[in-house]
Amino acid sequence: MSLSPQLKRRYRADKRFKFYGLTAIVFALCFLIFFFVDIIGKAVPAFEQAYIQVPVSYNQSVIHNYNRAIPKEYRRLVSKSFLRTLGQKLEAHPELMNTTQEEWALANHRVDQFLKGHEGHGLKKKYRKTVEQMYQDGKIEFRFNTNFFTRGDSKMAENAGVLAAAMGSIMVLLITIAVSVPIGVMTAIYLEEFAPDNRFTQAIEVNINNLAAIPSILYGLLGLAIFINVMGVPRSSALAGGLTLALMTLPVIIISTRAALRSVPQSIRDAAFGLGASSLQVVIHHVLPLAFPGILTGSIIGLAQAMGETAPLLIVGMMAYIPDAPGSIFDAATVLPAQVYTWSSESIRAFEERTAAGILVLLTVLLSLNALAVYLRKKFEVRW
Amino acid sequence: MTTADIFLWFTAGLLILSIAAYVFARNKAIHIENTEGRLHSRPNFFGWYAVSKILTPAFIIGFIYSILHMSGLVSQPQALLAIVFITAIINFAISIKHIQRNFRARQAVEKTSKRLFFIAALISILTTIGIVFSVLFEAIRFFNIIPLWDFLTGTTWNPDTAFLIGAGRDEGGAVPEFGSLPIFAGTLMITVIAMLVAIPVGLFAAIYMSEYASSRVRNILKPTLEILAGIPTVVYGFFAAITISPLVVKAAEALGLHADFTNALAPGVIMGVMIIPFISSLSDDVIRAVPQPLRDGSLALGTTQSETIRHVVLPSAFPGIVAAFLLAVSRAIGETMIVVMAAGLRPNLTANPLEGVTTVTVKIVEALTGDQEFDSAFTLAAFALGLVLLIVTLVLNIGSTIIVRKFTQRYE
Repeated sequence: MSLSPQLKRRYRADKRFKFYGLTAIVFALCFLIFFFVDIIGKAVPAFEQAYIQVPVSYNQSVIHNYNRAIPKEYRRLVSKSFLRTLGQKLEAHPELMNTTQEEWALANHRVDQFLKGHEGHGLKKKYRKTVEQMYQDGKIEFRFNTNFFTRGDSKMAENAGVLAAAMGSIMVLLITIAVSVPIGVMTAIYLEEFAPDNRFTQAIEVNINNLAAIPSILYGLLGLAIFINVMGVPRSSALAGGLTLALMTLPVIIISTRAALRSVPQSIRDAAFGLGASSLQVVIHHVLPLAFPGILTGSIIGLAQAMGETAPLLIVGMMAYIPDAPGSIFDAATVLPAQVYTWSSESIRAFEERTAAGILVLLTVLLSLNALAVYLRKKFEVRW
Repeated sequence: MTTADIFLWFTAGLLILSIAAYVFARNKAIHIENTEGRLHSRPNFFGWYAVSKILTPAFIIGFIYSILHMSGLVSQPQALLAIVFITAIINFAISIKHIQRNFRARQAVEKTSKRLFFIAALISILTTIGIVFSVLFEAIRFFNIIPLWDFLTGTTWNPDTAFLIGAGRDEGGAVPEFGSLPIFAGTLMITVIAMLVAIPVGLFAAIYMSEYASSRVRNILKPTLEILAGIPTVVYGFFAAITISPLVVKAAEALGLHADFTNALAPGVIMGVMIIPFISSLSDDVIRAVPQPLRDGSLALGTTQSETIRHVVLPSAFPGIVAAFLLAVSRAIGETMIVVMAAGLRPNLTANPLEGVTTVTVKIVEALTGDQEFDSAFTLAAFALGLVLLIVTLVLNIGSTIIVRKFTQRYE
């Protein structure tokens, strides 16, 4: 039996429609792959850093002018961060005085970028021959870039690292956890277990749903106006950032905790009440432990979101130049995403790969947090 | 004494007192139980009772003090600490005295904890009030300088001279202009571009996941797409500025057109990609909520699967999908980092997506991250723009909530 032309057309339309759906999925997946390949491709070179072997002559004049320690033709090839330490080194090791040592020094970012073949490296023509020759002679070599993980921000691209920002992120996140998790869980317990069903409770519920959808930058305005201008929390401090992010994360934690509490069956509460437990004992001894995995998963997802957030932190001033890890929650600090933002606006080429490397660090942490949340949910999921 | 010191003393002192009170009260309760017979409540409750007796007045006093301190009325941290600790110790003594065999400690503790839960719930309300007021007050100050109507309908944004006036150096030069129409237009253009990407891709992805894919494939696809929503916006911003913008410029050159490096297309498209999972996940949920009998009935009448989807499933799920769109639009309007990094700074009233435009969020960040005097019209303008942003997103969110509520009632 042959199909009528009309039916054929309808079948073709049917196939086409399914194809559109598939195309949409494939588009999104291709973007994801392209995105990761691009970012990783840009980031990988940053994990290698050029080092250069130069003769360092220690003498009296080095203490006053570190530039004199190195012959003129190499001076512009070595990082200033290496030169600056020479005076201290000489004081610590007086036996070096009036000797000349062949030493491996951190190379300047221009040398590094030139050898990596990046455009816009900025190395002057007169040095290029020397650098290529030294590279062939093994006097310049690439090593794993440990500085990137052990140093803070620096104006010298070759010396800039993520440590200060990572410490800032941890501090901010700890404050966010300390504020938002207890308040969020208590709010959810109140709304699910104790609140009377009246207008006021409904108003709180509508309000929480709205808060979850308010743009994050408005939380920054709140932080600036209330925490900094009214309460006098120091600008740029981890405390200001942590409090702002805590308010932003609060609705996420409340909503997921409520869902977790709701999934505990009523029969468990009834059984506990039947044995004479008070309403608080029912919640603390029975409902909360059973809802705990759900609360944990929701909190991790909310905190991962907070950790990747930048806009409100820019508004409360956390984009300052921070070369050292902050000493306390009142000191000026920066966080990983804000560090990525400041590096991305630098014009020096070497910062671009560092930005990408910073992004890679950030994405690794965030994706592992999310994977942990998924794993915990799968592991502790209970079907009643 | 710095704020940090006060805070440290306050917390440390109360912590030590609380631990002491808990141990002391609990031990006394156990002692009474051993000598006089079974207590009304378990010993732990007596411990917690003493702790609550210490902390409640301390926090109330601390709260009142910080309000007075912020309004500049008092500034005697030593006196504060002294009062807090003396009241705490007095209450310590009173609570220990209260501990007797038939004292209803459990009821007392439960009453305090329920109050605590209620106060926690109030914080979310306070947050909303805080956002509204922090934006509103500064915005009103701004509108005292620049009339609301000029702000909303003016077509030139040229605040460069505002800081001179703010610094008292009004030299009669150009008058600052705060016409925000080009900024709203830029926001609108980037939002429209984002939606042109996100709506078709997100909706078709949702249809494929809910109607065609097996549950196993769906369980892989949905979290994979949601990775897109988990990537920080600062990363998207870098990607849009460094990778996509140059691609757009090259593509435009190949077509014989000129594109700025800060064109609206790159951030728009990337923002659209970021929003795909919002639309796909929310739409997937509402499409799956459409009852199976509707599909079965339609298929039994001889329609193809796509006809069922287009004529039966989608119309039933339509309100939910519209709600998802509204949420996505509100997300796009409030998105900051992508546009800060990849869109322009220059307000530009244009319909050409290859030119640079700027958005509300970019202007807020620009005004508040510079080293401008906080009181100048330039920084206050950020709050006026924030107010507009708040109102628009609030209307969109409430609209979508109402639609969702109507929709869920239909199939219950």
